[in-house]
Amino acid sequence: MLRNTKSGYGLVAIFFHWLIAALFLGQAALGFYMADLPPDEALVFTLFQWHKSLGLLILVLALLRLFWFAMNRMPELPGPMPVREKRAARLAHLSLYAAIVAVPLTGWALVSASPLAIPTFAFNLVVVPHLPVTVSEAAEAFWGFIHGNLAKLALLVALLHIAAALRHEFILRDGLIRRMIRPARE
Amino acid sequence: MMDFNRKFPVFCLLLASALATVPARADLLLEQAAGRYVIEPGRSKLGFSVSQVGGGGIKGVFKTFSGSFLIDGGDISRSEVSISVDPGSVDTGAERVDAFIRGKAVFDAKRKPPVRFRTTKVTRTGDDTARIDGLLNARGIDKPAHFDIRLLERRGRRITFRVSGTIRRAPYDMQIGYPIYSNKVDFDMVFTGRRR
Repeated sequence: MLRNTKSGYGLVAIFFHWLIAALFLGQAALGFYMADLPPDEALVFTLFQWHKSLGLLILVLALLRLFWFAMNRMPELPGPMPVREKRAARLAHLSLYAAIVAVPLTGWALVSASPLAIPTFAFNLVVVPHLPVTVSEAAEAFWGFIHGNLAKLALLVALLHIAAALRHEFILRDGLIRRMIRPARE
Repeated sequence: MMDFNRKFPVFCLLLASALATVPARADLLLEQAAGRYVIEPGRSKLGFSVSQVGGGGIKGVFKTFSGSFLIDGGDISRSEVSISVDPGSVDTGAERVDAFIRGKAVFDAKRKPPVRFRTTKVTRTGDDTARIDGLLNARGIDKPAHFDIRLLERRGRRITFRVSGTIRRAPYDMQIGYPIYSNKVDFDMVFTGRRR
């Protein structure tokens, strides 16, 4: 029920999948929205702090998820899938795993590199120290570029992932999506 | 016993004159300092700091301000202070931080009137110290505020005071950044005035 099996995902993997998916998409929407707003508005400052808190939450969840991933087997993809599609699917999954760690980390680096030196006070509860990166306008711009483009790349892969899942559901009709809804039984 | 009783009136007289001497001397100093003074920005400094979570904080100065004060030699409580500060002149050493403080989220310096302080009451608290109560206006909002002042120096027509106090940001709609940045702003200021 909790753990993955040969043919399906356990409850823990399913929980991580949907929770991080929702947080990541919400975070991306928030990030692209606030990045274009004038920086001297009170609301914008507050949105940035929410984005930092949510990003760190995603990072913590992602690390727990990776730990769980390492402790569990990956369910096999459906037998009839062509090898090339299986490889593409695995590549997408691994890329998304990498993204949920790398995008928050580069955001953290961006905050740490900024000469504004605004402390990170996650959910107004925990003071999170800055990463040991160079502090300068140039370093901030660099991490900003990496952070934003990694996020766009991750969204693109997520979009392909969603499109593939919908193809399985509505065109191939092999019931693959159900594996991410109903936990596998032993 | 007899001896003490005989000397008691003398003792009282000595005690009374000893007690009277301190205020009398201070009053004399004040009488000499009485007058209207214009603040000289070049010899004054308006510094502030706001602490932040995890240590450190923002420190800066306001560079543009003007004002005057009146020292009432006869009755110190009737003394007056009035000062006007351009919040757009903030300088923290980091241009983007300055722009944020000048901007809409904090002082809104372009649209709002300058920051002003005027006294309502001056209370002497020591030989060279006093407490000034007044109204501080920022973003067009008037709130009571008080500062502690200490006389640092009086030379010729100039007099210099150190002024310190703590102002909470929230009553002025400037609570942005709280609780990352403290609600309290600590002011450490030195004002030199020149008697007219």
